[in-house]
Parts: sequence; C-alpha cells; structure tokens
Amino acid sequence: MSASITKDQEFLLPASNTFLVLSLVGALLLNWLPWHGIWLALRPDFVALVLLYWCMHKPYRVGIGVSWVIGILADVADASLFGQHALAYSVLAFGGIVLHRRMQMFDLRQQTLQIFPLLLLTYAVYAAVHWQMRGYVSWEYFLGCLVSALLWAPLTILLQSLRRPRTDSDSL
Amino acid sequence: MEHTQSFQFFNRGPTPAVRLIFFSILSLLLLFVDARFQYLETARSALSVVVYPLQRLVTAPAMLWHEADTYFVTHNTLIRDNNQLRLQHSTDAAQLQQFQAMQAENKHLRELLAIQQQASYPMQLAEIVYTERDIFKRKLFLNKGSLANVLAGQVVMDNIGIVGQITRVYPWLSEVTLVTDKDHAVPVQVLRSGLRAVVFGSGDTSELALRYMPVSSDIKEGDMLVTSGIDGTYPPGLPVAKVIRIERDPAYPFARILCAPVAGVDKQRQLLILSGLPKLPEHPEAATEPSGGKSKAGVQKKP
Repeated sequence: MSASITKDQEFLLPASNTFLVLSLVGALLLNWLPWHGIWLALRPDFVALVLLYWCMHKPYRVGIGVSWVIGILADVADASLFGQHALAYSVLAFGGIVLHRRMQMFDLRQQTLQIFPLLLLTYAVYAAVHWQMRGYVSWEYFLGCLVSALLWAPLTILLQSLRRPRTDSDSL
Repeated sequence: MEHTQSFQFFNRGPTPAVRLIFFSILSLLLLFVDARFQYLETARSALSVVVYPLQRLVTAPAMLWHEADTYFVTHNTLIRDNNQLRLQHSTDAAQLQQFQAMQAENKHLRELLAIQQQASYPMQLAEIVYTERDIFKRKLFLNKGSLANVLAGQVVMDNIGIVGQITRVYPWLSEVTLVTDKDHAVPVQVLRSGLRAVVFGSGDTSELALRYMPVSSDIKEGDMLVTSGIDGTYPPGLPVAKVIRIERDPAYPFARILCAPVAGVDKQRQLLILSGLPKLPEHPEAATEPSGGKSKAGVQKKP
C-alpha cells in the first residue's frame, strides 16, 4: 500500500531546472566518453534514458522539443548527420509522453519491459536513417539498446534518490 | 507543483503527436539538406564551439589514464621492450658500421676524383684485390691489368702521394711494389730548397731513408719530399715523403735521414694508376756523371 503511494509521490517529486539540465548534460558527457571497440557497441544511450526519464516524470517540461535540441547537440558531437539523433530522440520523447501515465502504475521491472520496445524503436530509427544515407547497418549497434533497457532501473533509482534529499531535510 | 492530472491540451500548446510530426519533418529536412548539400557546415562548426570543450573535458580523464598507464609499465613489458630494442640496436649497429665504411670509402673516392681532375696525366682507378702475405715483400695486386692498358713501370698513387710502381702486369691484375719496399728508389726533391735526392724504401711501410746525403746538406725535419721528375718514370711534383728525423754524425760521411711516406701506403683500398707519361729522350751512354748519386740508378726498383 505504502509502496504504491510512494511510487505515485515519486512521480510528483519536485525537480529543479538546474538538476534537470545537469542530468541531461551529465548524460551527454557520459555518451561522449571515449568508448572503444566492443564497449562502444555495448554503450548504453544515457541521453536517451535520461530524456525518457524526464519525459515520463515531467512531460510538460521535457518534451519533444527539448529532446530534439539535445539530439542536435548529440549530432554535432558524434559528427552524425544533422537530425539523425534529433529524429530518434523526438520519437523517443513522443513514446515517453504517451506512455507516462501507464508508467506510473508499474514497478521498475515492468517499466523496463515497457521501455525496451520504445528504445528499440529509437535505435531502429537511428539505424534506418544511417542505412538510408550510408547504405549499411552494423547490427551490434542494437546491443546498446539491450544494455540501455537494463540500465533503466538503476538510473531511475539514482535520479529519484537525487531528487529526494529535500524531503529528508523536511523531516528533520 | 505540476499535477499530471491537469492535462490541459489547450493551454499547453499542440498535442504530442503534432509536435512529433513537426520535429520529425524538421529532422528529415535537416537530414536531407545535410546529406545532399554543404549548407549546414557553419551551423555545425558554431555548435561544435559549445560541444567541443565538453568533449575535451570528458576525454581528459581517459587521456590521463593512458598517461598513468604508460607511467606504471610492468616489469615484463620493460624487459620485453629492452630485449627488442637490444636486438634492434645490434642490427642497426651492424648496418651503421657498413654505413661508416661506405662513407669513408665515398670520401676517399671523392678525393681521388678530385686528384684525377687536377692532374693532367691520364689516370685510372684500381682497387686492391690482394696483398702479398709475405711480410718482407709488401706487394699489392690491383684489379686492373694489361687488358686495361696497365704497363709495368707506371706509377701508383693515392689521393695524397706516391704509393708505388707497377712492377708486373697480368691480364686482369697488376702487381705494385711499394715505395717503402726494401731498396726501392724514388728520385725526389726537397720542396723547400729544391735539393735533389733519392729516397729508398727500408722494408718497413712506415719508413723511408734518404741515403748518400752529405752531413752538411740543406735539409730539415718536416721537409716535404716531392718527386723531381728526373729520369721520367715519376711525374714531377708528387708528394712522396716527409723528413721525420735527421742524425748528423760527423763520424760518417753521410747524414742519416729518416722519412715517413706521405701516402697511406698500407691504408687505402682504391688507388690511382698514372699512365701516359711523356717519354724522355734516350739517356746518352757516354754522358758525364750528373751531380749527386741519384737519378738513373734510383728510378728502377729493387734488384
């Protein structure tokens, strides 16, 4: 009982703009770490996860527009085509916003199962653009999708706990 | 603050679907333009000004890690590297040795070439193929013989001075008797005073002797002896030896004068053979004795 209440409350936890921006920048930085070889293939898309998190928790503050802008930044950093990440993240944000009410009723394991197809779709959009423009797809790229989905639960717990300290200070 | 229940589409702008369509079209447009044209490069570079410092920031720890990694190299790595480098060094050293030999040879050849261009006599370059292993007969064999128009009696020199004389010719080889050979005589002049003399080999490659010089003769240590050209075998003016020691003992009629050959008599590998010296007129039989004891007896080699 109490668990469901806290779950609902967790979705309503306040989030300062600073924290929001910092989390997104942090995710971008994590993505830009010099990953090599198999690690690059296994690299979870931190930006996608954080965007999805915010789209589900604060759908009126982080939406398709913000995702698109972040996507453009990712495009510049990755030297991918302009709009490649942006398109993928827009689709992701749309999915997140559409699903956000359903997510509030699920626990983390169920959420993971829900977001996996969404991430797969995002990856597929990116890969499709790549395939259309460059003519080939490297399939190990989709491994990152799986890792990202597995990382959803730890990331959510982390971000929630980072949003919570104020309640602790209130309880004092 | 934000209540997810208050889902009011009207004051929150267009619906997510509309936004998605808008941004998708925007993305596709950008994709198309970026893929087909170069219009967006400036925008990209402008944005990269923002992105690049962050990227540098992120890669910095990795670079630090790399540097730390090279700092804390393992013992095994060092040993392996060391062995590898040692091996490399030995092969390189061998090559370097060859290189130095080549360099010396090249320098020497250049000097010979310069001599050849200075002298008006036709010369040919020959290389030493054998040296006689007999310690008393220090003869050389050059790789040019009668097929290369080498004749007995021609003079052999290196880039500095006279080395010897061709004494025997084979089709492909020629034998050189060194100026230092026992009793080999060369008619010379002291460059400083013009004094004529004959220098004899002593059998030691580092020594020549001036014989039959009066105690009072004008000669000093350090005097340069050059060929006089008398008797026609040797062209005039070629350096032969340098006076290194003079013993003037009044008990003997002649001074004892020791000289060192100027040419690297036992050093070089390539030598020059001089040919085409002008023939002198026949020596008159009943001529009066020339002054000194030098010319005629001196020119030919040892008995």
